[in-house]
Amino acid sequence: MSTDPVIELRDLHKSFGDTTVLRGIDLTVENDTSSVVMGGSGSGKSVLIKHIVGLLKPDKGEVFVNGDRVDQLDGDDLDSVRLSIGYLFQSGALFDSMTVEENMDFFLERHTESSRSERDERILETLTWVGLPEKRNQYPAELSGGQQKRIALARAIILEPEILLYDEPTTGLDPVSVRQVSELIVRLREEKGVTSVAITHDLLCAEIIADTVHFLHDGEFLVAGSLDEVKSHEHPAISVFFGGLSEAS
Amino acid sequence: MGRFALRFWRRPFEGRELLRQMDEVGSKSFLLTGVTGLAIGIVLAMQSRGTLIRFGAEAVLPNMLALSVIKEIGPVITSLVLAGRLGAGMGAEIGSMRVTEQIDALEVAALKPFHFLVITRVLACMIMFPILTLWTDAVAMSGGYIESLLASGMDYRIFISTAFESLRFSDIIVDTGKTAIFGFIVGIVSCYLGFSVRGGTREVGRAAMRAVVASSLLILLTDVIIVRMSLIIFGDVGT
Repeated sequence: MSTDPVIELRDLHKSFGDTTVLRGIDLTVENDTSSVVMGGSGSGKSVLIKHIVGLLKPDKGEVFVNGDRVDQLDGDDLDSVRLSIGYLFQSGALFDSMTVEENMDFFLERHTESSRSERDERILETLTWVGLPEKRNQYPAELSGGQQKRIALARAIILEPEILLYDEPTTGLDPVSVRQVSELIVRLREEKGVTSVAITHDLLCAEIIADTVHFLHDGEFLVAGSLDEVKSHEHPAISVFFGGLSEAS
Repeated sequence: MGRFALRFWRRPFEGRELLRQMDEVGSKSFLLTGVTGLAIGIVLAMQSRGTLIRFGAEAVLPNMLALSVIKEIGPVITSLVLAGRLGAGMGAEIGSMRVTEQIDALEVAALKPFHFLVITRVLACMIMFPILTLWTDAVAMSGGYIESLLASGMDYRIFISTAFESLRFSDIIVDTGKTAIFGFIVGIVSCYLGFSVRGGTREVGRAAMRAVVASSLLILLTDVIIVRMSLIIFGDVGT
């Protein structure tokens, strides 16, 4: 197994106008591991994850994915890095004018040489993997929130990426759906060896999927370690965050 | 606009999406533009008849109708009606795709949202605007003929021959062809404003409204420029 980090962020800074969102973030994600970034709303979690896939460019700092300097790439070079990454968006981001099957085939048709029947087989296999093969002809609006997340996950893995980024994968879901989606994320790592980075403020999700937790506050990581280590940290922002979560649950 | 010109030539060419957009722009606008054309033709004939009779020139009504409809009213009104329907639709659709991260999803999957969303829509508008304009012109002339038939019992052969005797082929080509430029304006403005949406649904609504207003104003302004240029190049109808 390679010991080189799959994802590496070095001294990442990002501001929007007068608002500084990230202040010198360093993050290293090893192969076949699951890292979780936790933090309150507006702490910069989504901004951080968008840098990994080149949706945002840093004001200062470096972003590496499998050794490629993502923040300096564009065009086809950036596209080839992006093809090794699957991204589960907070809203699912399913194309609402397409059925579930069309959503998935849209990716396959444009990025593989597979025939129609091969693509159909792959779609069915992936939908079965997320437990929703019967939904292939439905539109996203006809699905529940949890089902939309699972379909979005199926679409994110249809091209078999080696890295998966999850932006609040369980936001707005009931506890049963949170567990279902979280367990799928664990299975992805165990069965397909996918390296993942998830940002979440969902304690149950973090408990199920995290190898390492990084706590982001005011644009900086306060602490990194196991979930228990992070929870027991004495920083007031962490106490307030986990105290609030315990009360909420 | 520069981005459009640069990326237009690059792969992938989204042929199926182009056809879908042509259907969206074209087939679904036939009723709206047809009703608009019919109303224009009938009203124009009804309102002009009295004045022409006063000057003893009722016979030139078909001629006047053809010149008005084909040279100016047909292309501009069709484009303005389409700007209302499509500008709002495209601005809102692309804007809501932006706020629900669907455009980001295309981008991170290396799927070139500009090709898929913008180039197809702009091309569809450029192809379908002239076709819909010809359709509107034809329906408007039919409306004018129906009015003439009911008001004066005019024979359709006389109506057609009188209508087209002062029109040159270049008039039809230039005045219908300019709607391809209007289509480009509606497509590019609406897509740009949709792409630029940041925030929530309120911004989507604003983008849709601004797309209609900006497209309409640009159509009117561009029309003035094109008419002036065509007069310089091709001369007036009577010359």
